[in-house]
Amino acid sequence: MEKRFMTGNEAIAEAAVQAGCRYFFGYPITPQSELPEYLARRLPEVGGCFLQAESEIAAIYMVFGAAGAGARVLTSSSSPGISLKQEGISYIAGAWLPCVIVNIMRGGPGLGGIQPSQSDYFQATKGGGHGDYRLVVLAPSTVQEAVNLTMEAFDLADKYRTPVMILGDGYLGQMMEPVEFKKRKQQSLPPKDWTLTGAKGRPRRIIKTLYLQPEILEQRNLTLNRRYQEIIKDEIRAETYLTEDAEVIIAAFGTVARIAKSAIRILREKGIKAGLVRPITLFPFPYQTFAQISDKIKKILVVEMNLGQMVEDVKLGVCGKAEVFFYGRTGGMVPSYDEIVVEVEKIVKEP
Amino acid sequence: MKESIKKPFYTDVLMAGFGGQGLMFIGKLLAFTAMKEKKNVTWIPSYGPEMRGGKANCTVVISDEEIASPVITSPHALIMMNNPSLEAFESMLKSGGVLIWNASLITKQIKRKNITAIPVRANELAAQVGGEKAANMVMLGAYIAYTGVLAKEAVVKALKEFLGAKKSHFFSVNVRAFEKGMECVANIR
Repeated sequence: MEKRFMTGNEAIAEAAVQAGCRYFFGYPITPQSELPEYLARRLPEVGGCFLQAESEIAAIYMVFGAAGAGARVLTSSSSPGISLKQEGISYIAGAWLPCVIVNIMRGGPGLGGIQPSQSDYFQATKGGGHGDYRLVVLAPSTVQEAVNLTMEAFDLADKYRTPVMILGDGYLGQMMEPVEFKKRKQQSLPPKDWTLTGAKGRPRRIIKTLYLQPEILEQRNLTLNRRYQEIIKDEIRAETYLTEDAEVIIAAFGTVARIAKSAIRILREKGIKAGLVRPITLFPFPYQTFAQISDKIKKILVVEMNLGQMVEDVKLGVCGKAEVFFYGRTGGMVPSYDEIVVEVEKIVKEP
Repeated sequence: MKESIKKPFYTDVLMAGFGGQGLMFIGKLLAFTAMKEKKNVTWIPSYGPEMRGGKANCTVVISDEEIASPVITSPHALIMMNNPSLEAFESMLKSGGVLIWNASLITKQIKRKNITAIPVRANELAAQVGGEKAANMVMLGAYIAYTGVLAKEAVVKALKEFLGAKKSHFFSVNVRAFEKGMECVANIR
């Protein structure tokens, strides 16, 4: 198949179209604006609808509506815009609706800057909006993986009736790499027997999130939780790289994991056996991978483009069986492989 | 570069100039050509709020192997279009690396000793072939001629496809400028 040379933003957009997404609602923000720009041109070609809303908040409720009507629907933004969408995301989760949300993260808090960051890890994996809900969070580290995971995200959303987030950083959105769009195998998905399509000839359906009787709301939340448990059982994904003989492990996701791979190659030339664990799903998090690896490897360095977020989940996985160290850059600064090499050398020397 | 010819093939280059000088373009073209030649490749830009006039740089990695980091701390080669770029990036260049610098615009002294510095009067050479705006292509030609990373024919072929029908009228002047850059290095050698 002919490879195409695309930015991560454009590639995610095309992947969504090829996954059957025909609706996009969003509002521009750097560093993800190429994504809506691409879809503004592309969606009309396939009979879809691209709409630039008056705000992020309007956009996420348009997503709510389209999802309720049974459509495959996408929105994308970057950190401050994703914060604005949180109320709607909580409603979509509470209404058991599927959709895909892309966050191409930039430095925060507040408006922050436009350079790459991973500082929305907590927001993406631990809630974001209010209420007892989760998002499935997928963290690609190459443009090709962004394509594959975007296609998969729509299936996961439909399978579990949940919003799915693609969490990338500014570099993933801006970077160009060759990509292939392989047709995804048709998945067997549950019928959408809950959509609002006009009740003529059938009993009416209601999509809502307001349940004033706590007994009923509790049952709904328990149902949601059962889905999350299924997701935890079946959907965890992580990559391991050179962990077999490793004496020290680096844990990183997204672009940082690639930088860490370069650091590992340098470290190995210097005789330090380093390996990598790269969570691909941030929720569900691969706790078990870290639990197993810390049975034999006693030093783990977590590297992030933030001041320490995923490191908390790594510690939960490790559960005291190994020492967990942290190195991070923030505000749009990107850790270099040289910096990571220095950090690993430091912790290896420690008794 | 001799060391980049080792197997498996790997090289990287950082190029920088003012926005509008076409550094992003030649970076993308280089990466696109490498892709057509079945290499793994990444292109990563500096991205800022300004469209033109501000500092612009991009990094291209070309490899036979899976590319780990697309962000490069010490590149094998630099293509520098102006003084601010040289100032910002000269110290990053790997020892033994090559610095291709635009002698039409750079007035600062090259400080590094353990590298190969190649001056290219890119703006004049581009003007000679009828398009001063193609100074970027002169620089790319010099880079390709010096490093041998890709064949000339591969770049020209990829350029045609990369420009597409809409911009095909820029094709011949870009090729001429590219050839001029290649000749310039041949003359130095």
